[in-house]
Amino acid sequence: MLACAAYMALLYGFIFLPVAVLALFSFQDGRFPIPPFRGFTLRWHEAVLSDEDLMAALANSLGVAGLSSLVALALGFFAARAVASGCLPGATAIRAALTAPLSVSYLVIGLGLLASLNLMGLRLSLATVAIGHVVINTPLCFAICAAALGPPQQAAERAARDLGAREWQVMALVTAPMILPALLAAFLLSVTFSWDEFIIAFLLSRFDVTLPVEIWSLLRSGLNPKTNAIGSVVFLVSALAVLSIELAILRRR
Amino acid sequence: MTAPIEIAGLTRRFGATRALDGIDLEVPAGAFCVLLGPSGCGKTTLLNIIGGFDDPDTGRLSIGGRDMIGVPAAQRPTTTVFQDYALFPHMTLAENVGFGLRMRGQSRARRAARAEAMLDLVGLAGQGAKRPAALSGGQRQRVALARALAVEPDVLLLDEPLGALDLNLRRQMQAELKAIQAKVGVTFVHVTHDQEEAMAIADLVVVMDAGRIEDAGPPERVYRAPRSRFAATFLGDMNMLPGRVTGGRVETVLGPLGDATALAEGTMALACIRPEHLSAAGHTTLAPLTTARIVDAVFQGTHRKLTCLGDSRQGTTLVAHLPATAAAAPGDLLTLSVDPEMVTVLPA
Repeated sequence: MLACAAYMALLYGFIFLPVAVLALFSFQDGRFPIPPFRGFTLRWHEAVLSDEDLMAALANSLGVAGLSSLVALALGFFAARAVASGCLPGATAIRAALTAPLSVSYLVIGLGLLASLNLMGLRLSLATVAIGHVVINTPLCFAICAAALGPPQQAAERAARDLGAREWQVMALVTAPMILPALLAAFLLSVTFSWDEFIIAFLLSRFDVTLPVEIWSLLRSGLNPKTNAIGSVVFLVSALAVLSIELAILRRR
Repeated sequence: MTAPIEIAGLTRRFGATRALDGIDLEVPAGAFCVLLGPSGCGKTTLLNIIGGFDDPDTGRLSIGGRDMIGVPAAQRPTTTVFQDYALFPHMTLAENVGFGLRMRGQSRARRAARAEAMLDLVGLAGQGAKRPAALSGGQRQRVALARALAVEPDVLLLDEPLGALDLNLRRQMQAELKAIQAKVGVTFVHVTHDQEEAMAIADLVVVMDAGRIEDAGPPERVYRAPRSRFAATFLGDMNMLPGRVTGGRVETVLGPLGDATALAEGTMALACIRPEHLSAAGHTTLAPLTTARIVDAVFQGTHRKLTCLGDSRQGTTLVAHLPATAAAAPGDLLTLSVDPEMVTVLPA
C-alpha cells in the first residue's frame, strides 16, 4: 500500500513537476526564472497582460483554435457518417486514408502545405494557419466520430427517415444529438491540439501569429519569468479544455 | 386512413440468392396481414421493399393505387415499427411520438396533444415526459407503435415487433395489437416466424419460404386446408399419406382418402390430416381408419400427443392429438378414425 502510494507520488511528480516549477517561477521576484526562489510577485503576470503583442497572439490562437476545430469537426462528422452508413463502396479504404494523416509528422504536413499554398499563390495569414490545423485535426475528429457511430445510430436514422425526416434533419435532430459527448470531445481535443501547435503555425503565418509562435520569439531574447507566466496561462487553458472533455464523457456514463 | 397494397411479380436478388422470387400479393385496405416464414424466407426483405428501405429488381408495388417504386421511405404513406424499436434516446416519449408530426411542420401544441393521445392509445398515458431508457422492453415497443401511428399512415409495417418479449408479454401484446388495429383501421403488415402469433392476429396469413409465397389466406383456411406442403408443415404437425389418385381419391396405405377430383387421375398426391383431426374409438362415431400401436405418448397440457405406428404393411407413422384425459400408454393398441371433411389433398 505504502509502496503503491510512493510509486504514484513519483509518477505524478515526474509528470507534473516541470509544470509546477514553471508556474512557481512565474511568480519569481527577480530577473531569472531559476532557483533559488527569491520571493513572490505578480509583476510578470502584469507584464504579460499588458503586452499587446502577446494578448493579440492569444486572441489569434483562440480564434484559430475555435474556427479550425469547428471546421474539422464538421468535416470529420460528415465523413464518419458517410463511412458508417455502409452504402459507400470501399469504405474500409476511405477510413484508412482518412485516419492515416494522424501518423504524419506536423513538420511534413506544414512544409507540404507551405509548398501547396505557394503554388496556389495564397498569402500566409492566420487563415492559412487555420487551414493547417483543419488538416491535422480532421482525421482526429473523423476517428472519434466514427467510433461513436454504430448500429443504434443507424437504426434511429432509419426510423427518422421513415417518419419523414429529410437528410439534414436526420443529421441535426437524431445523429448529432445521439453522439453529442463524442462530438464535444472531438471539438475540445481539436482545440487543445490547435492551441498548442507550433510548427505548422510557425511555417504558415507571417505578421499575425498564434501564441506558441509569439512565445517562441519571446524565448529568443533569453529566459525571463514572463515566459513562465505566459506558459502557465497556456497550460491553464489546455487543462480546462481537457477537463471539460473528461466531464463531457464521464457525465454520460 | 387506410389503403390496400398491390404487389405483382416482385423479385429481389442478393448476389446469387433470390431473396424474393416472384411475389404476387394483394392486401385489402384495413386488413391485418401477417408475413410468416422461417428466417431467410424473404419476409423482412418484402417488408423493407414495402417500406421503401430497399428496391426490388423487378415487379410492381402500389399502395392505395399509387405506384411506389422509387419513392423514398420518407414520402411513402407507410411507417414502421422496427424490431429493435429504434427510439430516439435523447428525446422524451412525447418528443419521440411527436417526431413524425414535427417533420410534417405541425405546431408544438398539436404535437403534444397528439402524442398524449397516442400514448394513451398504447396504454402509456401521462408518461410523455419520460425517456426511453426508463422503460421496459414492452413499454418501448408500445412507444414505437405510438410513434409510427401518430402520423396516421395508410399502412403500418411491423418487423418482428414482439420478437424480443417474453412469452406472456408477447401473447398480451398480440391481443393489444389486434385491438389497436381494429380501432385505427390502418392496414397492418406484420412479419413473424411464430405461427401461433400469426394465427392469433392475422386476417390474412402469408406463408413464405425461399422467396416465394407458399400460401396466403385467412388463418383458418391456411391451417386446415393449406395449399402447399411447406405451408402444411410450417403451421403445425401434419400427417401426410402419399398415394396415387384413383377415382377422385388418394389411394393411401390406409385406404382411399380425401377429395382429389382437382388432380389428374394416376398422379401422385398426399392426403393430409392434422393430428387433432384423428380421434380414437370411443370418442367418435366415425368409421375407423386404422388400428395403430402407440409408440410414444407425451402429455402436453391441453392434449396428449401420441406417436403411433399404423397397422399396414408399410408401418405408417401417425401423430394424433387426443384429449388429455384419454388413457394411452406406449404399447397400447388404438383404433383411429378421421372426419373425411378434414382431409386435405395436395399434389405430391
